[in-house]
Amino acid sequence: MAVKTIAGKEVQVNEEGYMTNPAEWTREIAVEIAREEGIAELTPEHWKIIEFCREAASSSGAVPTLRAITSGSGVSTKDLFALFPKGPAKKVARIAGLGKPEGCV
Amino acid sequence: MKTFLILGAGTGGTMMANKLAKRLNTGEWKIILVDRDVTHYYQPGFLFLPFGYYKPEDIFQSKSKFVPSGVELVISDIELIDPEANKVTLVKDKRVIYYDQLLIATGTDIHPEEIEGMMDAGWRKNIFDFYTFEGAMALNGFLKNFNGGRVVLNIAEMPIKCPVAPLEFMYLADYYFTQRGIRNKVELVYTTPLSGAFTKPTASKMLGDVMEKKHIHTEADFNIMEVDSGKNLLKSYDGREIEYDLLVTVPTNMGSDVIKRSGMGDVLNYVPTNKQTLRSEKYENVWVVGDASNIPASKAGSVVHYAAETLIENILSAIEGKPLTAAFDGHSTCHIVSGFQKSLLIDFSYNVEPLPGLYPFPVVGPFPLLKESWFNYLGKLSFKWIYWNIMLRGIPFPLPPNYSIAGKKRVELA
Repeated sequence: MAVKTIAGKEVQVNEEGYMTNPAEWTREIAVEIAREEGIAELTPEHWKIIEFCREAASSSGAVPTLRAITSGSGVSTKDLFALFPKGPAKKVARIAGLGKPEGCV
Repeated sequence: MKTFLILGAGTGGTMMANKLAKRLNTGEWKIILVDRDVTHYYQPGFLFLPFGYYKPEDIFQSKSKFVPSGVELVISDIELIDPEANKVTLVKDKRVIYYDQLLIATGTDIHPEEIEGMMDAGWRKNIFDFYTFEGAMALNGFLKNFNGGRVVLNIAEMPIKCPVAPLEFMYLADYYFTQRGIRNKVELVYTTPLSGAFTKPTASKMLGDVMEKKHIHTEADFNIMEVDSGKNLLKSYDGREIEYDLLVTVPTNMGSDVIKRSGMGDVLNYVPTNKQTLRSEKYENVWVVGDASNIPASKAGSVVHYAAETLIENILSAIEGKPLTAAFDGHSTCHIVSGFQKSLLIDFSYNVEPLPGLYPFPVVGPFPLLKESWFNYLGKLSFKWIYWNIMLRGIPFPLPPNYSIAGKKRVELA
């Protein structure tokens, strides 16, 4: 566990760089982590997914997996990969200030 | 008489039937165990079948052999669970069973049809799974006549049953082709949606090093989009294409269809379960054991074995109207066979990732963790006997079921 300054705010992160307290998250933090992940600009399509994941995580207590995102948001896997290249579930989770999806056990 | 109904006579259901038969008052409770199959497979053995290291007759026995007296075993598919009415309808004779307590142990199955093109012309020609008896045996037939080329293993998505089995498959393939004297004619490629060889950082690094040492190429963050079996091509969502001569698939794993039909599952048909009490999140008299649950632990027999200790205590407490005090810690112990008569061992929990060190005792071990050893391999081979004779019969081990950090070392990753 470590403290990291993101977008001018001190937040708790784990050894893999995931924030550990979703309440510390701000939209500015999302923009900065997205840049780290190689996404220059967050479009309304990105925000739709980020918000879906935050809501899903707060209501179910579990960070959504790729399958949970596609079946819950209606966005296809292909489109998700276009928005968040490589590993969308992990990337969105990081950007949304959530832990690593637990599907990865 | 009250009814304790168990759905599924696999590892979890059988083990719990044995524990319940010993602990429940049989004058008050009737235990019914339902399964669609008469045969119990030793599933860790599926890994060895393709290479001929186990013969088919080594790995199955009749389910009824492990059902204690006083427990009614019913062989039937399950049509529907109606948890609001405490009622289960079977397919056979449309029998209806009303229960007072229900234990769901319906497991998980592979779903190759979830991946586009997987079941086209190449299925069971040069595309095989090894998570079913039929798949493992068909692959055995293919490998006997395989004399070189590119062998690609793909994990479709997580979670999967026994998350170390695909790694073991690669390690054993390296050993098998070496034994046959054709290792130099075979290219081994491991494609996974994870960012490395395994899920947790320390194990991923150390198991990844073993991959490199064995000249197995890892293609990480590979999310499969489709299989083109006309061109023998595997395609990922990020545009990568990998050619194969043999594709070994670890398809999407999903809980039983009856969970879906009954509206009791999540997106993968796993039953939402409290990860500590092992009770259904929704129904007070419904319990879930093993792969059928959505708890964030490995889908593995060792997890079932450890969880069963918690589960039996909580079930008895609930029946007596007492609060549930036992809490499962996600403890998991996995053997990772690495070929050449060696094997690695990992031991972890919800909170602590697999670490190097010694198991089960500090200093004396005797089993080294996250390290290849011959002693671990002996442990793995003896496990088949332990499974049939101790685990399934619900007999406790002389070892505590809870995870212990003793003997383990935290390491800095380069």
